[in-house]
Amino acid sequence: MSLRVRMWVLAVGGLGVALLLAGAFTHMPDFGGTWHPYGTRAVAEALRQHSANAVASVNFDQRAFDTMGEQAVFFGSVLGTVVVLRQAGDEHRTAPEPAFVSAPVRRYALLVLPVTVLTGLYVIAHGHLSPGGGFQGGVVAATALHLLYIAIDYRALQRVRSLTLFTLADAAGEAGYLLAGLAALVAGAAFLENVLPLGTFNTLSSAGTVPVLNAAVGVEVAAGVVVLLAQFLDQAIVIEPADGRGHRADGAARAAPEGGRP
Amino acid sequence: MAGELPVMAALLLVAVAGTAVVLARDPVRQSAVLAGLGLSLAVLFAVLQAPDVALSELAVGTAFTPLMVLLSVRKVRHNARRSERREEHE
Amino acid sequence: MSVLPYLVAGWLFLVGCYGLTTSRNLIHAVGSLAVCQSATYVLLLSIGYRRGGTAPVHSDIAPGSRPLVDPVVQALTLTDVVVGATVTALLLALVVQVSKRHGTVDPDELRELRG
Repeated sequence: MSLRVRMWVLAVGGLGVALLLAGAFTHMPDFGGTWHPYGTRAVAEALRQHSANAVASVNFDQRAFDTMGEQAVFFGSVLGTVVVLRQAGDEHRTAPEPAFVSAPVRRYALLVLPVTVLTGLYVIAHGHLSPGGGFQGGVVAATALHLLYIAIDYRALQRVRSLTLFTLADAAGEAGYLLAGLAALVAGAAFLENVLPLGTFNTLSSAGTVPVLNAAVGVEVAAGVVVLLAQFLDQAIVIEPADGRGHRADGAARAAPEGGRP
Repeated sequence: MAGELPVMAALLLVAVAGTAVVLARDPVRQSAVLAGLGLSLAVLFAVLQAPDVALSELAVGTAFTPLMVLLSVRKVRHNARRSERREEHE
Repeated sequence: MSVLPYLVAGWLFLVGCYGLTTSRNLIHAVGSLAVCQSATYVLLLSIGYRRGGTAPVHSDIAPGSRPLVDPVVQALTLTDVVVGATVTALLLALVVQVSKRHGTVDPDELRELRG
């Protein structure tokens, strides 16, 4: 398809979608209106289950099964990235070179690192009380660890970040969520049903299974993000093609059609 | 209506930032603009009373995604240079 | 004024599609896809917003004392943000692999290679 044809297809398609969207938007509930049938019921249910953060209650109690699906997508994406970016047979690893970091940057990063990791863990732990939870806190804690790369260099990060450990933690988080669901079955309830005692409203030990599932997600997301970033950092910094001429597989693949061409 | 002003301003900011991301053709510059979009989305979610989502967008949109884009650009440029050298070699 | 949030969501989606179609670099295309995705966040949260409402978190307000915005759409968006980012990572991984095998990430050049 030439650029001209492509732009025409885009223009026609875009216009069609725009018209359909505009038609749909005029029939939507008014922005900022008071009619929220699901929201009202979800808040009432969250209060009944002693969960101060209604969003966490929706995610890990009322729609816990759905979150299991989301988590599976997360796990699958991490797994796929690891498979796609693994070190190929024609590549080798080089030792990353130590880098010079100016003293103020180093001091600031080293100072902020523990604070940020702690913030991430706090956000995970208080997911059922205040805004936050496993998904957000996991990302915060995992990216905080990479301040080590800014503060010192890649070798320091490599030493702290045991990939085996984090891969296992990723799998353990995924498995933990499933096991918590199965535990409800053993207790004689439905899969992923909230069976634990509900505790006192607005304290750390409240909302039954919500903190448990939240912690499982937190572990999985934190470990998964570390593993993901490790794949990209390895590709950008330490993995090099083996021979000086590169593209072994590519050379072989490209030679065939060229040879067959008249 | 005056109470709506922050929401409207944040919405317009998001629209502008989204357009800027698409128009930034250089991937390195795009990663910086993408972080800007993440930040403006986080502001919008905060004024829409969704702190949970704002927190999540702040962590993902301003740090995680741009970082991955930058690392990919570095690797891709490295590969492109190698490919050019190889073609000269042949 | 009350359709502005929906219009912004529609605009983000369309402008992202424009970026995807005209992109000369697969990494730029992935960035444009992220813009398309943010349209869904804006749409969902706009539907759940309630004028004068506060966040659906009871850690510092008494239950029932104030109107609340819809927590259901927030829960949907929240997981989507994080899961969407890992899907972006998977796409970028594929781009890196394409560049390794073909030495280019321009979709037009890639098409010529195959022909």
